[in-house]
Amino acid sequence: MNKVSERLVNGIVKENPTFVLALGMCPTLAVTTSAINGLGMGLTTTVVLTLSNLIISLLRKVIPNRVRIPAFIVIVASFVTMVQLLLQAYLPSLNSALGVYIPLIVVNCIILGRAESYAYHNPPIPSFFDGVGMGLGFSIALTLIGMLRELLGAGELFGARVMPASFVPINIFIMAPGAFFVVAALTAVMNVVKEKMAAKGKDVSKFGNGCGSECASCELACGSRKAEFAAAEKAPEKSVDRADAKAPVTETPKEETQTLEAQEKKPETDNKEKGEEK
Amino acid sequence: MIKELLMLLIGSSLVSNVVLSQFLGLCPFLGVSKKIKTASGMGAAVIFVITLASAVAGVVYKFILTPLHLEYLQTIVFILVIAALVQFVEMFLRKAMPALYQALGVYLPLITTNCAVLGVALTNVQKEYGIGTGIVNGFGTAVGFTIAIVILAGLRERMEYNDFPGPIKGQPAVLLTAGLMAIAFCGFSGLL
Repeated sequence: MNKVSERLVNGIVKENPTFVLALGMCPTLAVTTSAINGLGMGLTTTVVLTLSNLIISLLRKVIPNRVRIPAFIVIVASFVTMVQLLLQAYLPSLNSALGVYIPLIVVNCIILGRAESYAYHNPPIPSFFDGVGMGLGFSIALTLIGMLRELLGAGELFGARVMPASFVPINIFIMAPGAFFVVAALTAVMNVVKEKMAAKGKDVSKFGNGCGSECASCELACGSRKAEFAAAEKAPEKSVDRADAKAPVTETPKEETQTLEAQEKKPETDNKEKGEEK
Repeated sequence: MIKELLMLLIGSSLVSNVVLSQFLGLCPFLGVSKKIKTASGMGAAVIFVITLASAVAGVVYKFILTPLHLEYLQTIVFILVIAALVQFVEMFLRKAMPALYQALGVYLPLITTNCAVLGVALTNVQKEYGIGTGIVNGFGTAVGFTIAIVILAGLRERMEYNDFPGPIKGQPAVLLTAGLMAIAFCGFSGLL
């Protein structure tokens, strides 16, 4: 039972998919126009994540290593389809509010990421609760961001007016640009927290740059191609030198690519550690 | 007819830009936008794959799923079709057009799990576009993606040596830039 509560705390606090790992940014930006949409998306993702983690964990000895990713995708897509049909039948308003983002849960990197890094290496019960924890962490994060945007952008919380009548809603926060600004502020806060924790000597290796760190978080897409991709990143720099030779480009970009490579390697080692843990 | 398609093209590329107003394909948008050259390579690969994928997904939906009354399987079928398509395109390019493969090859596998590709295929079905209209919509969406990522890469090249205050350095600065671009793209909404 200890393992169960540990998994829940891990998903909600220690490795919160949005606030710490910075995964799944597409739905985070897209559906947080109001608190209720954020919550709906979070809970839908939780259901899919939990069930797919459970099934993948049960089948982990059956699925051959080489075709694991197509197998994961089929399992996740089946659950997404089921959840979508259920939403269409019982919660049509939520279904139309979230629209195309419901089927797009299939390509949410949190789900494939957990399948790859946890469920495929661990027994069913911890995997199930890992899904619950991660999903709740994601739901809480989306609800909080949704509340913030709804409060500033419409002066409401869960559809009820809470700000005084004199408050003029800052519409931009519920429009597309507002999403970028809120997430930018969030990442800036995360950077501060990370720095503080690092200063206290705590482990900050789990903190991710998410989708920004050269796709390192979506290892599924580029796992086998990282080396090639790093080479492609390096190559154009030579030609850029020629373009703006006046800037002192020659030295800095090289350091940069090295740190990028280091970042890219990190998730792999994390996975290995997790595999060994059990 | 031509006029309608043109409107659709402008609408899908500029007015409801795939990244800046629909938030699809954010990962490559933020991840591969450091240099204009890589960004335009990625953009070209996305145009290629999305146009092809919307054609194939449209054909599969119309001639396989609809006659068999299996429309509800669209998500599973589309993601598998797209993944397989990207693999085939990669193998075909490597054999047949090495020059193009050199230019696009690295970016192709990155696109497999790009939500923009699946998003376009699903939107085409949702809005009940025909195969031809679907291809135009896919092409427009991909052009919109390319415009956005190349502009962002240009801005990031200019910003690279700017002195941002500590916590904003890096990712937050890029997100703020994207937000300002999104405001600019809101201006296109008066176009249609």
